[in-house]
This record gives sequence, C-alpha cells and structure tokens, in this order.
Amino acid sequence: MSDGLPPFQRFLDAHRDAVWRFLVRSVGRAEAEDCFQDTFIAALRAYPRLRADSNLRAWVLTIAHRKALDAHRSRTRRAVPVEDLTVVDASAPMPVPRDEALWDAVGDLPARQRSAVVLRYVADLPHRDIATAIGCSEDAARRSLHEGLAKLRKVVPV
Amino acid sequence: MTIRTEQDTESIAAALRGEAGVEEMRAADELAAADAARRLVERASAEGLADVSYTVADSPFGTLLVAATRRGLVRVAFPEEHLDSVLERIALRLSPRIVEASAPLDPVRRELDEYFDGRRREFGVALDWSLIGPFGRRVLRATSAIPYGGVLTYADVAAQAGSPRGSRAAGNALGANPIPIVIPCHRVLRRGGALGGYGGGVERKRWLLQLEGGLKGAAAAQD
Repeated sequence: MSDGLPPFQRFLDAHRDAVWRFLVRSVGRAEAEDCFQDTFIAALRAYPRLRADSNLRAWVLTIAHRKALDAHRSRTRRAVPVEDLTVVDASAPMPVPRDEALWDAVGDLPARQRSAVVLRYVADLPHRDIATAIGCSEDAARRSLHEGLAKLRKVVPV
Repeated sequence: MTIRTEQDTESIAAALRGEAGVEEMRAADELAAADAARRLVERASAEGLADVSYTVADSPFGTLLVAATRRGLVRVAFPEEHLDSVLERIALRLSPRIVEASAPLDPVRRELDEYFDGRRREFGVALDWSLIGPFGRRVLRATSAIPYGGVLTYADVAAQAGSPRGSRAAGNALGANPIPIVIPCHRVLRRGGALGGYGGGVERKRWLLQLEGGLKGAAAAQD
C-alpha cells in the first residue's frame, strides 16, 4: 500500500535466510553469526537513506559480501604459518564427503569468484544482482562465476 | 586457466545447487537464521539503533499492537488494524528503522494489564506525540487531562483546544488518536451523554467507560 521502504523488521524477515546461507557458505558456520550481526547492523544504520525502489536483496547481500571479505582478510592475518602445519600423508586420503570437499574448494576461490558462486547458487541471485553485490558489470559477474565454476571443476571431480 | 566446456561447469553448478537444497540443512539454517535475527533485533533495540520498537499486548479486546520510540509510546492499534499497514504508516511518518522487540514495551504492557484489571487509573509511561498534528495535540492534551471516571463533551474539548466551534474537527482529531486507551479519547461524549463515535468501535468505548465507571457521569450529563 505504501511507496516507502518496508519496516526494517519485514526486510530482515524477508532476507535473513538468504544472508545466512550466503555467509555460512562463504565464511563458514563458525563465523557466520558475527558476519550476520555485522551485516544487519550496517544495514540498519544505512536503511533510512536507502531509496524505496532499491533491490533490497542485492543491497543486503552486497553488505554481506563485504563483511565476508573482511572476515576472510582477518582470517588470513591470523593464519597458521605453513611450516607449523602437520604434514598429511597424501597417499592415505581421509574420506571427505564430496560436498564438503566441494565447499572447501569454494572457500579457496579468489574472493570475487567465491562470492559470485555463492550468490548464484546459494542466494539464488540473478547475474544482474550478483554484479550489484560484488560491484562489477554484469559481464564481469558472469565471467567470475564461470571462472569459479571452471576452477571447482578442476579441483573436485563431479 | 583451462576453459572447460559448458557441460562440465553445469555439472558443478548442479552439485552446488543440489547441496544447497538439502532439506534438513535448509531447515537447520532457517532456525539458525531466525535465532541470529532475534539476537540482532535485541541488540539493535538495546543499543538504540532502532527508531521504533513494537510488540503485541493481550487485552480484553484481543491482541493490541504497541509501538514506542526512544521518546515514548507512539502507537496503540486495535486488532482490526492490519499490523503491516500500521507499521508501514509508521515507517513513512517516522522512520523505517522498526524492529519487533518486547523489552522496551514491557512497562506499557504491564500498565495496560493493570488498567484492564481495574488496578490502574492513570498511565505513567512517557508518550511520543509525533504522529499527532498541532490541532490534534491540543485536542488530545485536553483529553489527557480528563480524569479516570470522568467525561467531557466534544464541545468542551474543542473549547479547551482553542476552537470553541470546532466540535467536528475535535471529533476527527479524537477519531485519529494514534494512542487510544492511554490517551483516553473514550472519555469524550456527545452533548447529552450519547456515546458518539470511537476509532476502536463504539462497543469498546462503552466497555471502557463501564470499566472506569464513567457511564454514570454520562447519564448524569444527560439529566
């Protein structure tokens, strides 16, 4: 009935699942909660300045994408030096479920490709909205998505 | 980088989609997302990041919506008023930063309970008048001064609002009262004691006046 933005609660109810799934897939379950809080607090602060005809899902996933990038960066800073890692005997591979291996590989993709893949297949966003979320052209979004999929194909035989 | 065929990437895409669609995972994620959203709203409300908080309150009339800003209670809506349209109007008039959080509304819910039980004659919660225009404020301030059990006529209230011939306008302002019950517009009657109108329905007006013992006053005004 109105021409304005929906009440924030409605916006949160409508997009919390998509944001949650996106974050679980891009930063992992352990960090999803913090990123989720950061995403929606940032959204709440900026909300009244938003145009009423904005694509709210693409907008909030843009914020989630940035928060996921921040989380990845700080994780990289905390990363254990390579020489401290226990060497795993590659000849006796652990039985990793295929899906886990696939999602691990998603986590290893370059940031833009990772976001493109997760936004497309987890958040179910069309290419145009993926482009908005990661801040590039629609063609570039398509390319990132395709490159990400190609890399996954190389890592994980399906 | 090797460019793979479209078919290859399609199979990966199918695996990504398939995994994301697993029913149990989806249900667990939805619960986790709902929990995270609840925590977010509590935090936003506690830290003052939300401009309006709302919740529901039980009453003899059914479920009321109560909404407050940092200044105070801003809206009480009867069950027939569609929750979404009430919130959308608040979003347009005040701010879209609206969250469902009960803690800020606990005092008003308690006072309403006590009032409906007959244990409270005055409301102590702070009010936010920002949904009320200048004339409406004058009318509703005069209305707020009517004590429990008392009644005034539309003409009395119009006169106190500074427009002695404005009974009809005063009636409109009372009908548009965004904080009924707490701003007691039910205490304003027609000259001669007829109940007149009520935003929440005239039966509720009668019920509230009976609760307060104000119908006797209305009958007396008729004599």
